[in-house]
Amino acid sequence: MSITVTHTNSAAPIHPGLLGATAVRVLRQLRADPRTLVMMLMIPTVMMTLLYFMFDDLPGGAARFDQFATPVLGIMPFVTMFLVTSIAMLRERGSGTLERLLTTPISRLDLLGGYGLAFSLTAAAQAIVACAVTVGLLGLTVEGSIWLVGLVAVLSGTLGVGLGLLCSAFANSEFQAVQFMPAVVIPQLFVCGLFVPRAQLPGWMEAISDVLPLTYAVDALKEVAAHPAPTGALWRDVAVIVAWVIVALALAAATLRRRTE
Amino acid sequence: MMNSSGGELSRRGSSAIRCAGVSVRRGGHPALRDIGIDIPRGAITGLLGPSGCGKTTLLRTIVGTQSHVSGQVDVLGRPAGSPELRGLVGYVTQAASVYEDLTVAQNVHYFATIFGTKDAVSESIAAVGLDDKADAQASDLSGGQRSRVSLACALVSRPQVLILDEPTVGLDPVLRADLWRRFRRLADDGVTLLVSSHVMDEAEQCDTLILMRERGLVAELTPDELRARTGHNNLEKAFLALIEAGGQ
Repeated sequence: MSITVTHTNSAAPIHPGLLGATAVRVLRQLRADPRTLVMMLMIPTVMMTLLYFMFDDLPGGAARFDQFATPVLGIMPFVTMFLVTSIAMLRERGSGTLERLLTTPISRLDLLGGYGLAFSLTAAAQAIVACAVTVGLLGLTVEGSIWLVGLVAVLSGTLGVGLGLLCSAFANSEFQAVQFMPAVVIPQLFVCGLFVPRAQLPGWMEAISDVLPLTYAVDALKEVAAHPAPTGALWRDVAVIVAWVIVALALAAATLRRRTE
Repeated sequence: MMNSSGGELSRRGSSAIRCAGVSVRRGGHPALRDIGIDIPRGAITGLLGPSGCGKTTLLRTIVGTQSHVSGQVDVLGRPAGSPELRGLVGYVTQAASVYEDLTVAQNVHYFATIFGTKDAVSESIAAVGLDDKADAQASDLSGGQRSRVSLACALVSRPQVLILDEPTVGLDPVLRADLWRRFRRLADDGVTLLVSSHVMDEAEQCDTLILMRERGLVAELTPDELRARTGHNNLEKAFLALIEAGGQ
């Protein structure tokens, strides 16, 4: 029998081919579950519609809808992708495939990056549908480009993926993973400026909101909503989100041990 | 009796796997105690012993996924778990580790991509007798079929060392015989196989046996040596006699 020596350099931190193959594999798994796919694409749209009717009969309802809907377009992919990623990673662990993968030439960043890419693409599909319906049917108006809203929404989804990958390392069961939703996601919702402008928060709470990443997604969306052209503050927010994604992936890789008990 | 029976195995040439003074602690308790073994290349070595005796821990130690290992573990001359071994050592866990929501072919194809051996996809699926199920989703297969998918995902890398944890559990006798013939062909081609089992009748199929009990090594010897040493023809009885002779 001929022994094929693999051309993959096992020690390299990242192999684009293996990262891509992992993303394709994760997307194929998603495709095998059409109900989840449909729910992912439709639920944000249904939520935006509910939000629309919530404000519909109020005085100045359209303006208040605009004010709320823009941040929510970024918050929803963050929440969905956080949960989906945590569960997907737990399944990878529980099925024994994670232990198996860690004995192969795939690197930890290939695996996590593959997840990041696959779910970011899913977040993009989700954002396109949600933005199209919100602008086209529900009449959301933003001063800036709707494409920028979409871009920030996708980044926000990617942020959810990064934090989900990181948190799943600390969860041993689905029950624990689901608890990270109130523990990690809801505090960020409270202090991100959606309910109370950040400047009106108590000083210590504003300080906390300064270090939490969802703040920057919401801030970026407010920038797009208020200014016709991209602002410096918008790009600063985007840079902070990207940095958070990179840090979360690196920490997730560091917590993924090849040797276990 | 805990000594490795190295003297009886002097006929061996170069070894594929060598453990010296290997102990593992898990949660403060010993999970493996002072294991010394020497596994020959291109042969089938059976790892036998009752459930819970430490077989899986030893296999994980050799693959390099077990933490808290002391002692020396070398595979193909390199320390276990070295990055350069990842393409050369195939590992099949006891529970089928496959993606249930992918088809058989998609599962094997993904692992083939990782090993850079996409040309081996169909031969690996054929090797485990699942050609007609290639497009079936893994979740629709029986338990035995799923463990064969798991095996195909390891075969696809064309490994030099193949570590199999109870690969024949839950398979019908015909399939079991078929798999053992396949293992023999792999060994004839130069692949080193280490196969764990808690069924002594599979010991007959192996070139060498590693017998374990209570997290330690009982003996490392050939089936014929086991018979000669104990005077029993039946390997199960021989194993029991060996344990009793060891003063247990």
